[in-house]
Amino acid sequence: MVEDGSIFSQLLVDRLNYFIYIILLLIGLWAMIAKNNLIKKLIGMSIFQTAIILFYVSIGVKEGATIPIYLPEHDPHGSHLKVDVNGSEKMLPPEVLESSLVPGYSNPLPHVLMLTAIVVGVATLGLALSVCLRIYRGYGTVEEDELLEKLEREDARNTGRPRRRRPRRAPSEKAVATEKLKSGNPRPRQSRTNRKGAKAGSSEGTRNDSTKSVTEKRKTVRKPRKKTSPKPKEDNS
Amino acid sequence: MKRAAFILVLLIGLLLAWAAKDFPTWGDPHAPASSSPVSSHFISNTGVDTEVPNMVTAVLADYRGFDTMFETVVVFIAGLAVISILRGGPTRRTRDREFVVDFEPDLIVTNTVRLIVPVIQIFAFYVLAHGHVSPGGGFQGGVAMGASFILIALSWDLKTALTRFPIERCFTVAAVGIVIYAGIGLLSMALGGEFLDYAHLAKVLPVSPEMARYHAMLGVEIGVGFTVSAIMFALYASLSTDGRMQDGL
Amino acid sequence: MSDHIVWIVLFPLMGAVACALSGALSKKLCYPISVISMIASVWASVHTMMQAIESPVHEISYILGGWSLDLFPRGVGIEFRADLLGALITLVVTGVGLIVTLYSKVPVQRETPGKEPMYYGLFLLQICGLAGIALTGDAFNLYVLIEVAALTGYGLIALGSNRAAAATFNYVILGTIGASLYLLGVGYLYLKTGTLNMVGIREVIEAQSLYDSPAMQVAFVLVLVGILIKMAFFPFHAWLPNAYCHAPSTTSCLLAPLVTKVMIYVMIRMVLTVFGVEFSFESTLWTEVMPWLVAVAIVCAAVMALAQREIKRMLAYLIVAEVGYMVGGVWIYNYYGLIGSIFHVISDACMTLCLFLGAGIILEKCRTTHFDGLRGLFAKMPLTMIGFFIGGFSIIGLPPTCGFFSKWYLITGGMVSERWEYMVTLMFSTMVMVVLFFRLIERIHLAVDESGKNLGKGHGDLGLTEEQTRFDEAPLTMLVPLLIAASIVMIIGVYNQEVVDQIEVFLRAYNLPTGVSYK
Repeated sequence: MVEDGSIFSQLLVDRLNYFIYIILLLIGLWAMIAKNNLIKKLIGMSIFQTAIILFYVSIGVKEGATIPIYLPEHDPHGSHLKVDVNGSEKMLPPEVLESSLVPGYSNPLPHVLMLTAIVVGVATLGLALSVCLRIYRGYGTVEEDELLEKLEREDARNTGRPRRRRPRRAPSEKAVATEKLKSGNPRPRQSRTNRKGAKAGSSEGTRNDSTKSVTEKRKTVRKPRKKTSPKPKEDNS
Repeated sequence: MKRAAFILVLLIGLLLAWAAKDFPTWGDPHAPASSSPVSSHFISNTGVDTEVPNMVTAVLADYRGFDTMFETVVVFIAGLAVISILRGGPTRRTRDREFVVDFEPDLIVTNTVRLIVPVIQIFAFYVLAHGHVSPGGGFQGGVAMGASFILIALSWDLKTALTRFPIERCFTVAAVGIVIYAGIGLLSMALGGEFLDYAHLAKVLPVSPEMARYHAMLGVEIGVGFTVSAIMFALYASLSTDGRMQDGL
Repeated sequence: MSDHIVWIVLFPLMGAVACALSGALSKKLCYPISVISMIASVWASVHTMMQAIESPVHEISYILGGWSLDLFPRGVGIEFRADLLGALITLVVTGVGLIVTLYSKVPVQRETPGKEPMYYGLFLLQICGLAGIALTGDAFNLYVLIEVAALTGYGLIALGSNRAAAATFNYVILGTIGASLYLLGVGYLYLKTGTLNMVGIREVIEAQSLYDSPAMQVAFVLVLVGILIKMAFFPFHAWLPNAYCHAPSTTSCLLAPLVTKVMIYVMIRMVLTVFGVEFSFESTLWTEVMPWLVAVAIVCAAVMALAQREIKRMLAYLIVAEVGYMVGGVWIYNYYGLIGSIFHVISDACMTLCLFLGAGIILEKCRTTHFDGLRGLFAKMPLTMIGFFIGGFSIIGLPPTCGFFSKWYLITGGMVSERWEYMVTLMFSTMVMVVLFFRLIERIHLAVDESGKNLGKGHGDLGLTEEQTRFDEAPLTMLVPLLIAASIVMIIGVYNQEVVDQIEVFLRAYNLPTGVSYK
């Protein structure tokens, strides 16, 4: 099965590096698509990018070649360029490397490209982690199925339909007049409207309801109950 | 869903394996990539053009310096984006209990770190400056420097590190790094060459055009080192504290 | 001095760094700095366009780092090439960027207060990345610039709100898969050809006759699938509606007209310049398969747009349909189809800009973009609505807006190649868009509610109070850019022959079938 020239030998022996990177790539890609946890997806992304980096670096390998840094005998400032001219030393300028010596050095270009790709991968990972953190703060979960459920509920709640704001926030004139007659002390009602007024003013900048977190929205839902609670107190006073 | 993803991934793998039999064998010196005129030019002419022994640094900072400038910009973008995403978001949900652990920084750890951090930072400068002759350069040195700041934050607490390196200063340093990089390129343009053509800097520096390239590459790597070290620490500080920059690990 | 081509990219870069630095001084400096750097960038791109038109080979080549040597006429490093296509796209990118920068003063302050320095920094870097994508002549540099544009896009969307952050995560995953597949494809290309310069790759393919090599075929698939994911071609479009709908309004005004169109430019560049006409169209199966996928994409996108009840989501699905038009225009393998596709890139950028600017103004003044909140808007904001509907008529394809002419060329291309599936779906989706926009017009002008009942008591009565229909236009910094964009849509339509002439000069260098015996 592993004789020379067969398909397995071609893939697994001569081109082992490419086969390994294909396996790693598939692991990373599967993790990005199929895993439920957002952080595991990001780990898959990191594995995927690492596989591509390994592929590129393996392109630049030459059999029997050394790293792409000049050996001391080809160094542009090396001692081999010093020439003794009438007893004093003179430095010759560096010279072009002979083409027969070129296969002795690995190809520098894939290394350069991958330095760039590694940095880009790290930057993407950092950004994606901060997005995950923001999702966790806003929704309390990093599991994709729970997140989708919460997002569906939120989208169903805020279809973006315009709400009729004024009737809910400020009490009707009739209710205010009734309160004034009953208690003669409008301050509790006023303070509540002030709070509401101030709240409406501060959220002016983010009128789009989807910017509120879930807890804030629950507070707005609780408001109607708050309005009815002082009535028994007013009756007692 | 998982099974469908598995089948899709297997199909992609088969496609890639089918292509793999057309590749040159591993390590073949006559492969198109290894024997191409461009890479042969890099290997044989780096010494003559730039007098830098490390071909990778020469290609990174000189021949393909424009790519490296955008790489630095990518790091800067990551820092900007992380700060703007995490700042001003909702505070921690009131349902989560905050486990605040009150502890003193450990004596052994802090004293060891006090001895090690200057050594790390000098090593980072060494990696940056010696990148011309050995593997190294701006990115590697910058990451080591950023790691030294993170080590301070880990062994004491983030507040101690932030009093030394506030986030605003980190962003200023990162922006200065990009200004250095683009500034060297613009200076070359002002002196009559193309963008990032360092040979024209020989008109203001008292060296030959090749040594002008050598020194400009060092300047460019320093710019890169500034940006990377500052943004590494800014990323750590933002992510570990949800952008609030208060407590932390 | 012919280095205006580099200034196109350098002005936004310097502006972004200046914005980030000036954040420490004052947040009010960011807007003037952005406007100045965008004006300078537009000036540089107009200059480059003029130079490209006048040059004898109709392209400008700028070797960065000064590394053009005798052995390497295209340079041994990175080359910036502005041929007529690249110069046109760069002009569109910088022009749209300038208009959105002018528009951005009020919305940015309202939606993301306190974050202006970072916002404008990311904004200008996004434009820098997109302009660089249109200008570069090196395959790996293209990857780095795609990532610059992508990362700034993620940042600009996610900084809006929690819902935007949740939408961004999906975009991050899909966008990274796309860019990494592109990188892998470039790796295969480098493995087989040994060079990264775009023209250089095509020369090696032609010299070594690599048309049937499996590695090159797979490289083609990888590169193009990566680009298709990034341009939100159906079925990879899942990230686009959520991301553009929940983003801050300035972000969607910048990203929606530009990002997908620049990716279509990248596809055209890969197909024509890197792989060459003979490889892409005649040695692969894509010309047979793609128009069918495109037909499915257009139909699905149009139907999903019909189902939406909110302006921004509807526009997002319209973008997916428009991407389908442009991809189809390329793959029907035809001179007129490619003219149509390239002209549609330019006109779609302008008309999508109009629509999103209008949607942003509606969001700013009415606090909602749902259909129910739009009654009586024509009385309240007539100029905005005129601008918005010029964009809408251009999407439908009414003359003399530019959308009519681009659809004309696309349909001509479909007829010449006898691709009836493409033409039928194009007509069908045009009908769907007519329904979409006239439904909106009805709601805005006539105050009709969900069940179709007219709420007014007669002709001209909208059933709304005096206060709700009082003239209350958008602030000038938001209104004037919208009117400029609407007039550009009309001007490109009226003067379309000038633009198409330049596109034809570009395409004449490639051997494309025209279906007639003369060109």
